Amino acid sequence: MIAYILRRIAQSVLVMLVVALVSFSLFRFVGDPVATMMGQEASQADRVALRERLGLNDPVVVQFAVFIGRAATGDFGISYRLQQPVMELILSRLPATLELALISGVLAFVLGVSLGVYTALNRRGWLSAAIMSTSLIGVSLPTFLIGVLLIWVFAVELQWLPSFGRGEVVTIGFWRTGLLTESGRASLVLPSITLGLYQMTLIMRLVRAEMLEVLRTDYIKFARARGLPNRAVHFGHALKNTMVPVITITGLQLGSIIAFAIITETVFQWPGVGALFINSVQFVDIPVMAAYLMLIALIFVVINLVVDLLYYAVDPRLRVDRANARH
Amino acid sequence: MNRLARAWDSDLAYSFRHSPVAVVAAAVSLTIILAAVLSPWIAPHNPFNPATLVLMDGFTPPMEPNAFTGNVYLLGTDNQGRDILSTILYGARLSLFVGFSAVLFSMVLGITLGLIAGWRGGWVDSLLMRIADVQLSFPSILIALLIFGIARGVIPPAYRETMAVWVLIVAIGLSEWVQFARVVRGAAMVEKSKEYVQAARVIGVHPARIVATHILPNVMGPVLVIATIGLALAIIAEATLSFLGVGVPPTQPSLGTLIRIGQGFLFSGEWWIILFPSIALLALALSVNLLGDWLRDALNPRLK
Repeated sequence: MIAYILRRIAQSVLVMLVVALVSFSLFRFVGDPVATMMGQEASQADRVALRERLGLNDPVVVQFAVFIGRAATGDFGISYRLQQPVMELILSRLPATLELALISGVLAFVLGVSLGVYTALNRRGWLSAAIMSTSLIGVSLPTFLIGVLLIWVFAVELQWLPSFGRGEVVTIGFWRTGLLTESGRASLVLPSITLGLYQMTLIMRLVRAEMLEVLRTDYIKFARARGLPNRAVHFGHALKNTMVPVITITGLQLGSIIAFAIITETVFQWPGVGALFINSVQFVDIPVMAAYLMLIALIFVVINLVVDLLYYAVDPRLRVDRANARH
Repeated sequence: MNRLARAWDSDLAYSFRHSPVAVVAAAVSLTIILAAVLSPWIAPHNPFNPATLVLMDGFTPPMEPNAFTGNVYLLGTDNQGRDILSTILYGARLSLFVGFSAVLFSMVLGITLGLIAGWRGGWVDSLLMRIADVQLSFPSILIALLIFGIARGVIPPAYRETMAVWVLIVAIGLSEWVQFARVVRGAAMVEKSKEYVQAARVIGVHPARIVATHILPNVMGPVLVIATIGLALAIIAEATLSFLGVGVPPTQPSLGTLIRIGQGFLFSGEWWIILFPSIALLALALSVNLLGDWLRDALNPRLK
């Protein structure tokens, strides 16, 4: 068990190092940092001095080590475009993205599981057929079109909900939350549906398939033979066993939600890190791009690691297999 | 029996004729592709020739005569008086060009790397597959965005506009090669150890020839399926990037750019500027996707 955990952690560190290398190459080789930081009028002596001060004359390996050391303490330099420390920029925008991602994740999970269970239990009903065919469109519809469609219906035609921004925010420490005000919550509705819809259809289809599989097994038949009520069979026996793969997939999808937030944030002008990243791509703001890349990679690696370890803890068969393999 | 009759009689053609979804999807995608390719000849106007634009025609609703000029446009016009139908045809042409080129690029790259990994094995294989694993754990849109950003940094500002389409093709292509590489690698590893391949090696056939005549034909089915679904994904990726404003320049709009432009007029009530490009994009992506689904099932021997 400990060897397995150590091996997984070593793998994660390796992935992070590779991403750091990409990120470092961005800094070092895309454009000339000295030219970007100094104006047109800077003298040659100033350029040489800055080059020395930034450590650009050191061997590349030393520069990489220094870069990693700085990145580990959250120092990614100053944004070329906004002239502010990159970490400060990202931290100020992170709460908006995390709130959006969290709400969409919960929405996708709750709705996905309940619709999946419903369509599995009422396989022949007309409502199930309707849900299944709608989900096919949901999979093919690009995220940004879903957002535009929702804005058109609920913000322009019906005028029920706001279509951009976060509404009023309340500051608690460094965390600016929109969850505590009426307008903040209203602003969350459309973006979180947009972001969560694709993941919801994914979870729903998975739950339905797993549930149908489990309902055919012998232990379910036996539970019915014992005369247990439908409720206990469906939720106590069947659903419990379908949840293991579902939780894994949901966990892995959490990373995708944060990445897809780039699109949703652009559609709804949501002031999060995704919108910041798109702007930095447009203006070739390398420090912000590099920092965002490292942040997303870190989130992905941590989620993958946690899900793997959880899987190991939840499913006893994995442990038995490993123990047997050793003998 | 000639070639055509034999093709008509094949399993694949039979399965196609008996799947209404596949027939409709093929008809829709072929119509859009044909209309897009022929757009310079069939489009009612040339929307990118400023000389023929009538600014007074701006914001004409679909099928209604313009208040000033009395001109009627089937799908209306945008703010500059460009005919929406024509911009969609030209836009679809660009979207399809980027989509096809990106899939072709990722196919060539994926097949080559997959063959090298499967045929050579050893450290080359483990290196390539580790890269594939790492890339696969990130969403492809993120990879494409990143490559696009790097390319913008490397290319001097003066060339950014003209290079944008090619950068887009490379970015989308590089984000999708893994699927091809994995399938080809698996097939190459299986075929490599079969006796007929061993025999060919023993009699001294050049490895390149073995790969071309024995291994490639075995993977063409799955590769075709991945390419079809990949085309739908590439079209959506291009539209998404262009919608985000990091795709093709606005002077040369694709379907995604048109939707981006149309979003600005949603609040002032000009719904047709965004609705029709969206429908075109959805019809294209959905029909190609359904065609890919059908092809996957039809080529799967276990479902027969």
